[in-house]
Amino acid sequence: MIKVGLEHYLTVSALLFCLGLFGVIARRNLLVIYMCLELMLNAANLAFVAFSRFNNELNGQVMVFFIVTVAAAEVAVGLALIVALYRKRQTAHVEDLTSMKL
Amino acid sequence: MSAGEGFFYFFAFLTLIFGALVVYNPFSRNPVTSAMFLVLTILSLAGLFVLLNAFFLAAIQVLVYAGAVIVLFLFVIMLLDIKAEERRKIRVVGAVAGFVAVAAIAWMIVGRLIWGTRPGSGLPAPTVIGSTSELGTILFQKFLLPFEILSLLLLVAMVGVILLSKKDLK
Repeated sequence: MIKVGLEHYLTVSALLFCLGLFGVIARRNLLVIYMCLELMLNAANLAFVAFSRFNNELNGQVMVFFIVTVAAAEVAVGLALIVALYRKRQTAHVEDLTSMKL
Repeated sequence: MSAGEGFFYFFAFLTLIFGALVVYNPFSRNPVTSAMFLVLTILSLAGLFVLLNAFFLAAIQVLVYAGAVIVLFLFVIMLLDIKAEERRKIRVVGAVAGFVAVAAIAWMIVGRLIWGTRPGSGLPAPTVIGSTSELGTILFQKFLLPFEILSLLLLVAMVGVILLSKKDLK
């Protein structure tokens, strides 16, 4: 068995990212889509931390700190948008929100 | 296999299982279940961060994600009363096509990009430790301006959320 190294962490990160991507494609509930976006951001965080550890650099971890902060702001704004949308249209389901479709 | 490697496989397995249950849970289509499994995913990711010696980020991960973000999610789920959504059917064709496309992307990234090039081979042994003091030093010296811009971003987000959640949105 190979020693656990950078590749193992990157593999977990890539698989988690692909799970989130699949969720964004396949799920139809806005809130669940949002959670899958969080999964993708977390996968990127894991890749940053792994690279930071194995390259002996702390800059990657500072980047993760920034990503976490931006993600928190993004969740707050996005959920406020969903609530405002729900007030107008009484749905959080993407198939009911197609008025901008050509 | 050392204890650290055992812990790696343990946390990696948990992360991927819980992540898959966020995306597709065969027993429940309720968003609350997804949110709960997202908490577990984030906690096991924090375990991976600890294994990578990023102790401060592991704590931040638990506090900000498992604390603040998930509470926000649950709050909105309760507020919107999403129960009616559970009855909808998943469109099978779209889901299968999406799964094939994503599996192809995963194979390209994992098989070709990561294990094809092996970016970790030949690196020196890792010594860096993401303790709070070291991270704070670099954050408030090298990254002071981005840090301040980030605080402005949080202010903008707060004002935007208050504006968006007003009853009569113009």
